[in-house]
Amino acid sequence: MFDDFFIRALVAGVGIAIVAGPLGCLVIWRRLSYFGDTLSHSALLGVTLAYSFSLNIAFSVFVISAVVALLLVSLQKRTKLAGDSLLGLLAHSTLAIGLVLIGFLSYIRFDLMGLLFGDILAVTTADIGLVWIGGSIILIILYFIWKSLFSATVNYDLSAAEGMRPEVSNFIFTLLLAGVIALSIKMIGALLITGLLLIPAAIARNISNSPRQMIVIAILSGILSVVVGLFTSLEINTSSGPSIIVVALILFIISLVPLEIKGQLQKR
Amino acid sequence: MNENNNLLVRLKDCGVQKSSKWIVKGISLEIHKGKIVTLIGPNGSGKTTTAKMALNILKSDEGSIENYSTKMAYVPQKISIDWTMPLRVIDFMNLTSHINKDEIIEALELTGVQHLIYNEIHNLSGGEFQRVLIARAIAKKPDLLVLDEPVQGVDFNGEIALYNLIKEICTKLNCGILLISHDLHFVMSATDHVICLNGHICCSGSPKSIVKNSSYIELFGEHNAATLSLYQHEHDHSHQTDGSVKN
Repeated sequence: MFDDFFIRALVAGVGIAIVAGPLGCLVIWRRLSYFGDTLSHSALLGVTLAYSFSLNIAFSVFVISAVVALLLVSLQKRTKLAGDSLLGLLAHSTLAIGLVLIGFLSYIRFDLMGLLFGDILAVTTADIGLVWIGGSIILIILYFIWKSLFSATVNYDLSAAEGMRPEVSNFIFTLLLAGVIALSIKMIGALLITGLLLIPAAIARNISNSPRQMIVIAILSGILSVVVGLFTSLEINTSSGPSIIVVALILFIISLVPLEIKGQLQKR
Repeated sequence: MNENNNLLVRLKDCGVQKSSKWIVKGISLEIHKGKIVTLIGPNGSGKTTTAKMALNILKSDEGSIENYSTKMAYVPQKISIDWTMPLRVIDFMNLTSHINKDEIIEALELTGVQHLIYNEIHNLSGGEFQRVLIARAIAKKPDLLVLDEPVQGVDFNGEIALYNLIKEICTKLNCGILLISHDLHFVMSATDHVICLNGHICCSGSPKSIVKNSSYIELFGEHNAATLSLYQHEHDHSHQTDGSVKN
């Protein structure tokens, strides 16, 4: 019933949703959504460099995202600009450099729309392996630094005082974020990756009351968004990334209903 | 060696500099097992900074810090939990180490908030949250406990009970405590060593000797000092507005 490419996209997409769940929760808790955005904008530069030097796309995107994250940290120490200004600076300049470089690569047939918004046709068997192996590595590392990361999210000083070494786990977390962006760029596209990190976690926040519950719900709603989004994408021939994000948005709106009902009940 | 076995932290001539201005300077102190060391001083005198040096959160820009404690617990002065995080009291109790549920309940009982165990942190009042913070630190069974104004926002009766609890914990766990407090009454009656800060150590010693010290009287005013002491000595130095010593 399904074409092979569709099964591949489904398997890869579910893998991404599982990894994006816990990372997305951390992005929300730490108010890092714009940081995620910056990393994904710079991902486009990673892709063009991958084409220019015929590197693996995921590898190149990971390296560029990681470099941008480190640049941000060093700029924060050196300049008097606020974090959001620096993020904007890095996001738009790396995006611009990426787009300029694409201009030089006119000899390669380029699917810009695919890069920006994702293309399920592009998912190969190798990509599935990459998503699941890379994703497992990310989750395993996350598991080991979780306590430190989580306590630092609640209170940095407390975490540092009680020997959790938050500076180390913060650094690793940045790399993991770069990693998940690298894994999902083909599928979701550079412009929409942060959406897959954020929206499922936002849905989960609406209907959960413990950190663990929020992570589980984020993963489940991520998977649901991917599956329904991909079916829609196949049926009505839309780009995969936007379709997934639109489904996630609809789920978010639905998740507001219990909050509303609760609010109404409390008023009475 | 016997004496040194009880040593948890030693600060020797430590100080912290921020944009070429010293926040605190020349801080020397020792914290031993089973003893309460208190930091007192006006706002901005470097109490929290000193505590953070003892906890290894801040690096000292001069002098040396020796830390022999294996398990530290911290009750920070100001802590705001982000509303984006659904955190219950029980999750918060397990924040930096896994503590079994009986011990969590026991610690929450000590500070009188066991009924709040499944409440979300951001629904707690300031005083209730402060009690949870103290319970969390106690439940960790630390050998060094640092409390930065632990009873702020706690009601009057609770304040006395919590101070008594702190004293009790110190003996029971045989842990060293570094306490920052504005409650001179408790400081003078229950602690072992008092350090009076104002950007530097103005005076330090046992509560008995401190209340007789002129620097202390100058910092806290005749009235406060007089309630605890009948003696008054000559001032040996006076302060500029930033706390440094006038020549």
